[in-house]
Amino acid sequence: MENLIAGAEMLARWDVMMALFVGSIGGVIIGAIPGVGPAVAIAILLPATFSLDPIVGLTMLLGIYGSSMYGGAIPAVLINTPGTAVNALTSYDGYPMTKKGEAHRAVSLAYSASFFGGIFGIICLILLSPVLALIAPMFGSREIFLAALLGIILVILAHRGQIFAAGLLAMFGIFLQTVGLDAVTYTQRYTFGYSFLSSGINLIVVVLGLFALSQAFVLLTALDSSPDAKPVTGKMTAGIKELMKHKRVASVAAGFGVILGMIPGTGEFTAQFMSYTYAQKTSKNPEKFGKGSPEGLIASEAANNAVPAAAMIPLLALGIPGEALTAMMLSVFYVHNVIPGPQLFQNNIDLVYGLYFALILLNVIVMVFLLFSTNLLTKIIRVPTRFLGVMILILSFVGVYSLRNSLTDCMISAGFGVFGLILKRLNLPIVPIILGMVLGGIMEVKLRSALPRLKTPFDMIDRPITFILFAIILIVLALHIRTLVKEYRAYQPEEDHDLHDSHTR
Amino acid sequence: MSRVKTLQSLFKRYRRPGDIVFAWFILIVSVFLLTQLFDQTAYKNGAKMFAQPRFWPAVSLIGMTGFALFHVLGSLLSERIEGRWREVLTWIASLEYAGWFIAYAAAVPYTGYLPTTITFAVMLAFRAGYRSARALWSAVAASIVIVVLFKTVLKVNLPAGRIYEVLPDGLRQIMLTYF
Repeated sequence: MENLIAGAEMLARWDVMMALFVGSIGGVIIGAIPGVGPAVAIAILLPATFSLDPIVGLTMLLGIYGSSMYGGAIPAVLINTPGTAVNALTSYDGYPMTKKGEAHRAVSLAYSASFFGGIFGIICLILLSPVLALIAPMFGSREIFLAALLGIILVILAHRGQIFAAGLLAMFGIFLQTVGLDAVTYTQRYTFGYSFLSSGINLIVVVLGLFALSQAFVLLTALDSSPDAKPVTGKMTAGIKELMKHKRVASVAAGFGVILGMIPGTGEFTAQFMSYTYAQKTSKNPEKFGKGSPEGLIASEAANNAVPAAAMIPLLALGIPGEALTAMMLSVFYVHNVIPGPQLFQNNIDLVYGLYFALILLNVIVMVFLLFSTNLLTKIIRVPTRFLGVMILILSFVGVYSLRNSLTDCMISAGFGVFGLILKRLNLPIVPIILGMVLGGIMEVKLRSALPRLKTPFDMIDRPITFILFAIILIVLALHIRTLVKEYRAYQPEEDHDLHDSHTR
Repeated sequence: MSRVKTLQSLFKRYRRPGDIVFAWFILIVSVFLLTQLFDQTAYKNGAKMFAQPRFWPAVSLIGMTGFALFHVLGSLLSERIEGRWREVLTWIASLEYAGWFIAYAAAVPYTGYLPTTITFAVMLAFRAGYRSARALWSAVAASIVIVVLFKTVLKVNLPAGRIYEVLPDGLRQIMLTYF
């Protein structure tokens, strides 16, 4: 109880509240503009938050993370262009509703489902906290190593149809984090005699290049366009009543969001697809899916909004990020010398509770903001895409250069920007590189610290949690092989290829 | 075509023009890096294999080369997609904007954050095809907002421009500190 109050006190400061407002409202706007997305915004803001208190910086970034999906639903519903990649399925049922003259219904339903998913995720996070506090200390070096290894395997396998590309990019990420001076043996690794490589390749420089600069290059090299969304009329609270009729779909979808959000490497995308498929299979009107089904819309939005809270679970409890955005947030923790993991629950539990309250508040702020400002947002999203590209390029400079005022960093980042553009245009995933860098670093450190206690390889899995994790790894691999065999045998009809244009936003 | 998707089909992804060029490029880079393993990493006598500084570069590069090899095979065995070299030209075209970014970063310590940002925003907007006064003034306004937000309010770590040294006393101090 004392910790709960201490957590609430952390938020009762003008700078924290300001950060929460700026983050959550800024996140909605960023999410609503097709072509920006939370990853770009968080990457740019990351170095700026280093000078702030950990709770201030984290609430701002958390605000962007948790609210961008609310905003992303607006263009998905109104102009069939998802504001963020994870709103892809929202456009499937949202846009047909708009075409039928039900834009208001679709938007208000998307907000309500998002709010439901968001709050559901936070409640799960709060309820799981005592369990986490109990289990997290059981995670030693071996357990964290195996959990990170599982994360790498899952992030590769989650990219179905592109496993080789995802695999090579994840391995590239692991390689990148090895470049520089080895911290234990003080030997150079892949520096080719260049002094600037001795300090290694900075994660934030890579993140800014791959997410922000690449997006600027993508927008600047493509044709200019200006999304045109029509204003919406009607009461935005109507969606809440309709959501109540589909409680089952919303709860199951949010449940998928929580479970998949917790598992490293999977995240919003998988949660959204699984809940959409579930909703369709169990619906009384499955034929309406894709043609304006409220259930489809609810499944998609409730699932993706439940993920941010759940994604905080592996990050806070084990220090293992499940996807790119939490990987970026991890660096904020490190900069402030707050190391997420088992000790966080013992030493900084007030910070953990503070973040929970921040998550609840941000959902309320965003919901209230959206009830009154949807039409304002439809005007904001009309920014021409190339102009947006110019602005992202200018903003990226602040992110890269403010790190350590290094022109070399800017050059490396620009290089990764071009690499990111190539990946985006080929529709190849960027996330495996980032997770490879972060999880690769964790694996190297944890394996080294586990070594003195390992006499034989079997010692690696002689503890209950390590054994369970090892069994999960084997099951995941076996299931994947089984699915491949089944897929090979089954007949596959031609599908809509544009659906998979998921890495360009 | 049905817009309703099964889970399986939603996960599938397809090749784009230029995929094979990327696949070969990555394979060549991976093999090159792998050949440098013994030159670019050290081996510590007496240390366990898993604790060797060479261990993780070796694991990642062997994995990367293996995946890259399969990626190339996948591309070779798939149907050829037209427009490969047009796509590569787009990649090369993006180098121009990388150049703009580096030039902007190189100029800031000399010409100051505010003047450089305004100049580059207007020039880039012009380069991107905007000619109307409204668009160019929007670029100026947005640059000022960015500078005020990051340098004046958030006080991010950016160098003061040398050009500010020539300004009169009072103004110089303000520009050096806030812009």
